[in-house]
Amino acid sequence: MTTALRTSTAWAQADQMEALTFDVSGETFALEASIVREILDLLPETNVPGARPFVGALVNFRGRIIPLADIRFAFGMARAEPTIDSRIIVVEIEFEGAPCLVGLRADKVNEVRTLARENAEPPPRVGMKWRPELVECLIKQDGAVIIFPDLQALFDAGRSKPDGEIIRYPKP
Amino acid sequence: MSALDPVEIFRVEAAELLEQIEQGLLDLDQRLDDREQIDSVFRGLHTLKGSGAMFGFDALAAFTHHCETAFDQVRKGHAPATRELVAAVLAARDHMRALVEDPSGDYAGQETALLSQLHAAIQVGAIQVGATQAGATRVDAPQAGAKPQATPEPPPATADTAARQWRIRFALPPNAMVNGVNPLAYLDELRELGACEVSIDDSAVPPLDQLDPTALHLQWTVRLETEHGRSEIEDVFLFVVDDMVLEIDEMGAWPLEALSPAPAPVESKAEAPATPQQAAAQPTSPKTAAPQAAATPPKTARRSVESVRVPADRLDELMDRVGELVIAQSRLSQIAAAGLNEELRAVSEEIENLSNELRGTMMVLRMVPVGTLFERFRRLAHDLQRETGKQIELVTEGESTEMDKTVIERLADPLVHIIRNSADHGLETPEERQAAGKPPAGRITLAARQSGGEVIISVSDDGRGIDCARVRAKAEANGLVAPGQVLSEKEALHMIFQPGFSTAAKVTNLSGRGVGMDVVKKTIESLRGAIDVESWPGEGSEIGLRIPLTLAIIDGLLVRVGGARYVIPLAAVEECLELSLEDDAKSRGRSLLSLRGSLVPFLRLREIFQTGSPPDPHQKVVVVATGAERVGLVVDQIIGDHQTVIKSMSKLHEDVETFSGATILGDGSVALILDIVNLVAVRQDQEAQMRAIA
Repeated sequence: MTTALRTSTAWAQADQMEALTFDVSGETFALEASIVREILDLLPETNVPGARPFVGALVNFRGRIIPLADIRFAFGMARAEPTIDSRIIVVEIEFEGAPCLVGLRADKVNEVRTLARENAEPPPRVGMKWRPELVECLIKQDGAVIIFPDLQALFDAGRSKPDGEIIRYPKP
Repeated sequence: MSALDPVEIFRVEAAELLEQIEQGLLDLDQRLDDREQIDSVFRGLHTLKGSGAMFGFDALAAFTHHCETAFDQVRKGHAPATRELVAAVLAARDHMRALVEDPSGDYAGQETALLSQLHAAIQVGAIQVGATQAGATRVDAPQAGAKPQATPEPPPATADTAARQWRIRFALPPNAMVNGVNPLAYLDELRELGACEVSIDDSAVPPLDQLDPTALHLQWTVRLETEHGRSEIEDVFLFVVDDMVLEIDEMGAWPLEALSPAPAPVESKAEAPATPQQAAAQPTSPKTAAPQAAATPPKTARRSVESVRVPADRLDELMDRVGELVIAQSRLSQIAAAGLNEELRAVSEEIENLSNELRGTMMVLRMVPVGTLFERFRRLAHDLQRETGKQIELVTEGESTEMDKTVIERLADPLVHIIRNSADHGLETPEERQAAGKPPAGRITLAARQSGGEVIISVSDDGRGIDCARVRAKAEANGLVAPGQVLSEKEALHMIFQPGFSTAAKVTNLSGRGVGMDVVKKTIESLRGAIDVESWPGEGSEIGLRIPLTLAIIDGLLVRVGGARYVIPLAAVEECLELSLEDDAKSRGRSLLSLRGSLVPFLRLREIFQTGSPPDPHQKVVVVATGAERVGLVVDQIIGDHQTVIKSMSKLHEDVETFSGATILGDGSVALILDIVNLVAVRQDQEAQMRAIA
C-alpha cells in the first residue's frame, strides 16, 4: 500500500512525475524514478527452491543478497531468453514496514522521462488480461501505453498470510 | 561519535548500579548478616543518588535517598537486615528503574506506598534491635545503666570503650580532586568522631615550576582521640578506600615510639573489648580488614585486566567486515589453487590462516558468559516464590559457558517463559511435595554447557513432570491433534510448543501473560536452535535449548545438487558416504539406507528442489542429525567445507522454510544454507500429503 500511496502523493504534489521506463516481454512499464537505486547488468542467479516464482531467485548485489523479481510471472507473460539489453533494476520498496532492496528483471531499460498526470488512466475493468489490482494506472504517451504497476500489490500477491497455510512445494 | 549524550551514559551506569543493587539484595536475602553485601548495596544506592542528582534525575535522587538512609541504618547496626526490608528495597529498585527510564512520569502514589513499606520494614527492625540491645546490655554490661530504647544512640561509653588514640595516615590518589574528592571533608568527618591533631606531609610537593595545581600531593597524619571503633574510622573513607592508601593504627595498645612503621595491629585485639552491641553490629568483614592488613605496601596496583566498553553496533560492523574479508579470502584461495603460482599460493594460505584467527578473535569478542543472563532469573525466582506460594530454589550451573551476546539477549524471554512454566505447572506446593516424599522446596536447575558447535541450556525441575495424557487431551480439545492420531511420547511433549496450545482457561498471573510456549519455539528456531523436552512422571521435567554458538559465521559443508550449490551446517553433519547402486535402485518404494546395522532414511535433494537435470552417476549421501534422528541427504557432489558467512534472506523469502539464510561463495555467486530441521519437517508433510492422495 505504501508504494501506492507514495505514487499517489507523487502525483498529488505535481502533475508530473519522473519515471524510469523499461520493457518486459514487449510491454513498457514505468517506475517512479526516485525508488530506483541502480541498474545492473545481469548477475549470476541462484534459484530458491520452494519460493514463489515471482521472486524465485537471489543475486549478490555487491555483498548484499537481494531477491530478484520477475514481473513476467505476475503478469502471466512468456518467459524470454536474456539478451544483450537485459538488465536488473534495483529498487527500494517498503515491505512490512522495513525498507527492502529488490532486483527487477527487465529486457531493456529505456530512459527516465517525465510522465504527465493528465495522460494517466485507471486500469479498465475489461480488456486487460492482467489482474487489475496489480496495475496502478495506464499512461498514454506518444501513442504507446505504459503500464505503471502497483509494486506493493505485486510483492504482496501470492504470499502466505501470517495466520494462513504456509506455501509448500508444489506436489512432485 | 565522540559526543555521547551524558544522560545516555548515566542511564548505562544506572542500569549497572541497579543490577549491582539487585544482586546484592538477592544475596542478602539468603545471608541476612552478610556485611559485605550490605555495604555493596549501600554504596550502589549512594552512587546512584549522587550521579542521579548530577545528571538532573532529581526525582530519582530524592527517592533513592530514602533507601540509602534505610540501608545506612542497617549498615550502622541501628536496624537489622530483614527479608521485609530486602523485599521493600527490591520493589523500590524497580521503581528507581522506572525513574531512570522515564523521569518525567507521575509516580507520587506509587512512591508513597513504596516508602511506607520501606519505613515499616526498617522500623520493625529497629525496634527489634533496640529490644535485643537492651536485653543484651542488661545481662552483660549492667554498669552501663542501659535503658530500653527504640531509637539507637551511639554506644554508651563503658569502661571498655573509653576513648582510645588512633593514628590515621592517609593519602589520596593524585587525581582525587579532579574527580571531585575533597580531602577537607574527610578531615571534618574525622573531627566529628573526636579530638584531632592533624599534621601534613608535604614532602611529595614538587617545585613550583613543576607543580600541577589540580593534582593532590599532600598526605595527612591524624592523631584522633575517639571512643569509636576502627570501623567508624574506616567508614569515613568508605567511598574512596579502593583507590587510596589508608593506615589506621591504634596507639593505645602500642608505645608511642613505635609510631612510625607500625605493623597492622591484630584485629581481634582492637575489637575484643567492644561492648556487645558493638561487636554484634560491626563485625568487621574480611573485606574491610584486608586493605588495612595490607596497608603497609601502598595499594597502587590497580586491577591489571582493563576493559573497554564498546557499543554493540560497532562490534557488529567489525563482524561484517570480517565476514567480507572471509569471503574475499576464500575467493583468493580459489584463484591461488587454480593457478600455478607457488608464491601466490603461499601468501594465500597465510592470509587464510590470518583470517581464520581474526574470525576466532572476533567471535571471542562477542562472547559473554551466560552467567550474566542467569543472574536475572534469581530475581524471577524470588518473585515467583511470592506469587505462587511455592518454595523455589533456583540452582545455576555452567555460568561461565560463553555465548554470542546477541544470542544471549534473545534467550532471555524464552527462558523467563520456561522458568515461569516450570514454577507454575511443574513444581508442586510444599504440602504435595512432602506427601510425595520430596523436600518442600522445589528445585529449578538452570544449566548451560557447550557441546560441539552448540550450547545447551537446560531448565529442569524436580516437580511432577509433564502429564502426556493431559497434554494430549488438551491438544485434542484445541484441535491440534485428530482424536485417533498416534503420537509418540516425544511428539506429545512437543505439543506444548504448538501455537494455540496454551489455553486462556488457565490464566494465572504467571501463565496468562499473553505469550505462549510457541513463542519460545519461534525464538529458538530463529536462532537456528532446537528444543528437547523430557519428562519423568512424578520426578520432574527438563527442557533443553540447543543453540548454535554464533549467528554470524558457521562452518558449512558445500554440496552441489543439480547445477546449484548449497551449504549444510557442518555441526549437523555426521558422516558422508556414497550411495550404493543397490540402495539407489531399491529406493523406489522405500528410501532407507543401512548404516552399520541401523536404518537411516534418506531424502533426494534433487527431488525436493526439483532440479530437473539428470543425476550424477555416483550419488553421495550426507548423513545429518536432526535432534535424535538421523537423515541422509542425497546430493550430486560434495565440494568440501566452507567458512559460511550467514546473510539473512530477504523478507520476501520469509515463507521459504527450508533455508535458514544464504551466503556468498568465493566466486561471488550465492548459495543457500539448508535448515535441516525444517527441511525434514517439510518433506514429512509432503509425504503425508502424497500418501493421503494415494
